Amino acid sequence: MWSAGSAVILAAGRVADPVAARSQMGFSLAWHIILACFGVGLPGLVIFVEWRGQRTGDVAYRLLARRWAKVLGVLFAVGAVSGTILSIELGVLWSGLMSNYGQVIGLPFAIEGIAFFIEAIFLGIYLYGWDRLPPRVHLLTGLPIFAAGVASAFFVVCANAWMNTPTGFTISHGRISHVDPWSAMFNPATWPETVHMILAALMVTGFGVASVYAVAMLRGKRDRYHRLGLLVPLTGAAILTPVQIVVGDWAARMVASYQPTKLAAMEGLTRTTKGAPESLFGYFSNGRLHGAIRIPYGLSLLARLNPHATIEGLDAVPASDRPPLVTVVHLSFDLMVSIGFGLLALGAWLAWSWWRRREPPKTRWFLRAVAISGIAAVAAMELGWITTEVGRQPWIVYHVLRVADAVNPEPGIQYGFYAVMAIYAILTVTTIAVLRQFTRASPVPLAPQERDVQEYKIT
Amino acid sequence: MSLATTMAAVIWAGVTCYALFGGADFGAGFWDLLAGGARRGAAQRRLIEHSIGPVWEANHVWLIFVLVIMWTCFPKLFGAVSSTLWVPLTLAAFGVIVRGSAFAFRKTVTATWQRRVFGAAFAASSVITPFFLGAAAGAVAAGRVPPGVGAGRPVASWWSPVPVMTGILAVVVCAYLAAVYLTADARRGGDMTLVGQFRWRALAAGVAAGAVAAGGLLFLHQDAAALYHGLIHRGLPLVILSAVAGVVSLGLLYRRAFLTVRLSAALAVAAVLWAWAAAQYPRLLDPGLTIGQAAADRPVLLATLVSLGAGAVLLAPSLAWLYILFQRSASG
Repeated sequence: MWSAGSAVILAAGRVADPVAARSQMGFSLAWHIILACFGVGLPGLVIFVEWRGQRTGDVAYRLLARRWAKVLGVLFAVGAVSGTILSIELGVLWSGLMSNYGQVIGLPFAIEGIAFFIEAIFLGIYLYGWDRLPPRVHLLTGLPIFAAGVASAFFVVCANAWMNTPTGFTISHGRISHVDPWSAMFNPATWPETVHMILAALMVTGFGVASVYAVAMLRGKRDRYHRLGLLVPLTGAAILTPVQIVVGDWAARMVASYQPTKLAAMEGLTRTTKGAPESLFGYFSNGRLHGAIRIPYGLSLLARLNPHATIEGLDAVPASDRPPLVTVVHLSFDLMVSIGFGLLALGAWLAWSWWRRREPPKTRWFLRAVAISGIAAVAAMELGWITTEVGRQPWIVYHVLRVADAVNPEPGIQYGFYAVMAIYAILTVTTIAVLRQFTRASPVPLAPQERDVQEYKIT
Repeated sequence: MSLATTMAAVIWAGVTCYALFGGADFGAGFWDLLAGGARRGAAQRRLIEHSIGPVWEANHVWLIFVLVIMWTCFPKLFGAVSSTLWVPLTLAAFGVIVRGSAFAFRKTVTATWQRRVFGAAFAASSVITPFFLGAAAGAVAAGRVPPGVGAGRPVASWWSPVPVMTGILAVVVCAYLAAVYLTADARRGGDMTLVGQFRWRALAAGVAAGAVAAGGLLFLHQDAAALYHGLIHRGLPLVILSAVAGVVSLGLLYRRAFLTVRLSAALAVAAVLWAWAAAQYPRLLDPGLTIGQAAADRPVLLATLVSLGAGAVLLAPSLAWLYILFQRSASG
């Protein structure tokens, strides 16, 4: 069923070069996903501190809620529009995919549309209703934003999971039939991939927000507002990190079962091997991995829970079906995992200090580590996406449709890519500049008073 | 009505909502562009920001709704349209991102020069986006997008009289709806100078929209005979309804019935869209792609319809609350 379809489906016959289209899609996705992470995670943080503020009356919590809500307003707006571009690009760049498989994988997108509606509606109510609604009602209007954000992430990643482990249709003589959209949506990769991504989004938000306050504390601002701004998101992210490592292992074993070639690229494993070693780092050239640290039987143990299990190598498929950039896939994967363990260590440090002394570590090295953790978490998330996307090449739908057969064959696509680069460069600079103004334009008063909270306008 | 036709109607209802709500947000950007210097235009810009701030993101979701339901239920239509029309759609996408980000940025910065730069970006992209979306729609209406991936001509398909005219019509209609909605918002805010300004703009834009639409019919006669035929036959009652609603709206504006005119103006715009749909039904693309041929498998259509029905139960009251909350006169 699987490999039959690709060649037959695209009847147009013109062969397009997918490099520009891949670069444009990869770039705009990698950009959007950072904002999407904050769109998923930040509402959770905001309603948590608003709730604490209402319960305790603590001014620091209430000011945090207002400030994070204002940041959320900007990030959500930019995230919403940069996400819209992606749905237009799916058609403009990958017309061959959407024209044939849009119906197979459309359902989660359609449901995501509903979830996104809920998010946008309640974000408008939450941000602009801050001083119009009773506090308790206002807090409750934040919950649908968080729930719908998590749901949106789930539905969108369902679609990506389907590209990895496509189910829910039959191909015969190039025609797609027997489409079962629910089975396509709940494909084998769906649960590990969606859970992995939702946790990643929450971690990016937690470490990301904490790192902003770590930088401020390194500059000498040690008041309660800044301490809470660091500790609340960091604690959340630290609790999720060990869970994420377990889920990551689940996702990797799913890849081992359903996408053995991708696993071989992630591990730089050339030949099918019984009792395969785990290879750390190194680079891949001339068909082999050089300079790697090898742990005997490690890969077989990790992937199959059996030191003597056979692991498929790249040689199990013809050269034309192997991912071309094995070094990129392998190193991205290893770096992602390394960062994950680094973040785990950071969380353990915080937990140990808290257990011994009921306070976070006093050394500046701790603040420096937290300051870096935000960027590290974003990097790990991006490296994970590079692993799964580059590792799936040359397929856009694994073993069903090649990237080259999915791209829009119209001439001139590369100009769209150049324009995207230019626009996103400007957008990156302005977004960062506007966010930096938040920290400068309204300094936190030495002794925060009620008035400062009340007068801090969200909109 | 077949399941495929039902889904086509659902998509068209989404297009209508996007035009009536999202379109007005673009139109507000149009008036922001023409509001004049920083001092003179300050009151108008404040009104515009105040009116669209809470709602534009929700209104924007209609576009995403239309795109995803289209590729789910009519994948062949989506593939053909977006591959052939990649130029206007990419430009519209750029407009979308610049409009949304610049609007969000302008609200948060305070320095005049920054507000000016972001304001200009917001306003200019609010004109560009509906133009290219309208031109893309015009290319489909004029039968210039053949079925098949990348089967049409990337520039000639939309850079011709009918699509360009549709693009202009989209800009003018957005401006018209925005002026109509903003007039009532201005009155609720109690600024009678603003009310007068937007009342005149609504009248002018209404006349302009009528003129462009009527002039467009002449182009259609030349350039898109099939659509023209459809409009003066099956679509005729809706064309007449639109014209009547348009004229009534001008009268209501003149008589300062600012809330009622919201309904009649929206009706005039919606009737044009449904007249086009009626004129083309059941053809989607020329030559030879009908609703039935382009439709996805039945289980897909059914699953989508059921999901949307369940979603509507959550959506309808939420949307209603959003609009009511911010249409009440309040201090905020």
